[in-house]
Amino acid sequence: MGPLVTNGIISENLNLFLAFIIGIGFGFVLEQSGFSSSRKLAGIFYGYDTVVLKVFFTGAITCMLGLLFFSLFGWIDLSLVYVNPTYLTSAIVGGIIMGAGFIIGGYCPGTSVCGAAIGKLDGLIFVGGLFIGVLIFGLGYKLWEGLYMAKNLGSPKISSVLGLSDGIFALLLILAALAMFWVAEMAEKKFPREEY
Amino acid sequence: MTETTEIKKTKYLNPYLGGVLLGLVLLSANFIAGRGLGASGAIKSVVVTGMTTVAPAASANSGFVKEFRQSHEGNPMKTWLVFEMLGVLVGGFLSGAIAGRLKLKVEHSPKITSRKRLILALTGGVLFGFGSQLGRGCTSGSALSGMAVLSLGGFITMMAIFGTAFALAYFFRKNWI
Repeated sequence: MGPLVTNGIISENLNLFLAFIIGIGFGFVLEQSGFSSSRKLAGIFYGYDTVVLKVFFTGAITCMLGLLFFSLFGWIDLSLVYVNPTYLTSAIVGGIIMGAGFIIGGYCPGTSVCGAAIGKLDGLIFVGGLFIGVLIFGLGYKLWEGLYMAKNLGSPKISSVLGLSDGIFALLLILAALAMFWVAEMAEKKFPREEY
Repeated sequence: MTETTEIKKTKYLNPYLGGVLLGLVLLSANFIAGRGLGASGAIKSVVVTGMTTVAPAASANSGFVKEFRQSHEGNPMKTWLVFEMLGVLVGGFLSGAIAGRLKLKVEHSPKITSRKRLILALTGGVLFGFGSQLGRGCTSGSALSGMAVLSLGGFITMMAIFGTAFALAYFFRKNWI
């Protein structure tokens, strides 16, 4: 049955409309969780607010489990679901640059749009910065094309790289997340503060 | 004096409930469109449109535009992520309106000025924008969505983003705490 678009069950135009609706859900949940506040987001790196860790891992795990169950029930063909490709070098270097951007700017792209949507001017400026950063990448593309294309491993799953079944990996990830949540709750008790 | 050893009663959603809802949104994207969520991809669409409008000839030869065109035929603004990000803007606004959080302001630690906060936000944005292109997606598209489909690259990018931010946190602490 799923994915509905790939299987031709819904049209391309309806797909774009549903993208808009899904986006509304995405923005709504991010804002409701407090992701429109840079001071709340940055809290994870100092232990005073760990909302990022909790929402991020609970979200990834919920979707991961949903996909595994849907596949088990025969509701979705996982071979038709896009798995992000792995270009080892650029995944690491890009991630490092993004991490620096996160601690300096206090937002990531999705959350900065959310912040801007409720009037956070620092969010709006961050979005402006995103455009500049992407433009710099585009204009100087030749300079980093080699780095960008290096070490293409295809689209491997982490479970198969580790030699585990998807289910066992999922279980281990859940256990790891529970351990992190426990640490997070301890940290928040240790570094109390006012809500932003 | 009020007790300050506990975090003040939060005005936000319980984070675990928020996470489950976020996961369901991400699951519906995968079930409907066969792909995850994203944010920086929509910025890329706008930049490609800008480049091809301002300098059509130069852009036609740009490896960056060519690489984008390989996976996106037709109008670069008519993509899934552009429509999704327009939705994020609406959804964020609606949530803020319902919660009474709509307000024009620069949010910053009392220890730094608004001006400094804005310079830092701009710097962070430039870095994040650049890094998201190199990393083929940001926290949403690469890390969150990638992890949900068990992509090796998604986990690596997630660890690189959060690992770096943790490693640098000490040096930027005065901006936040």
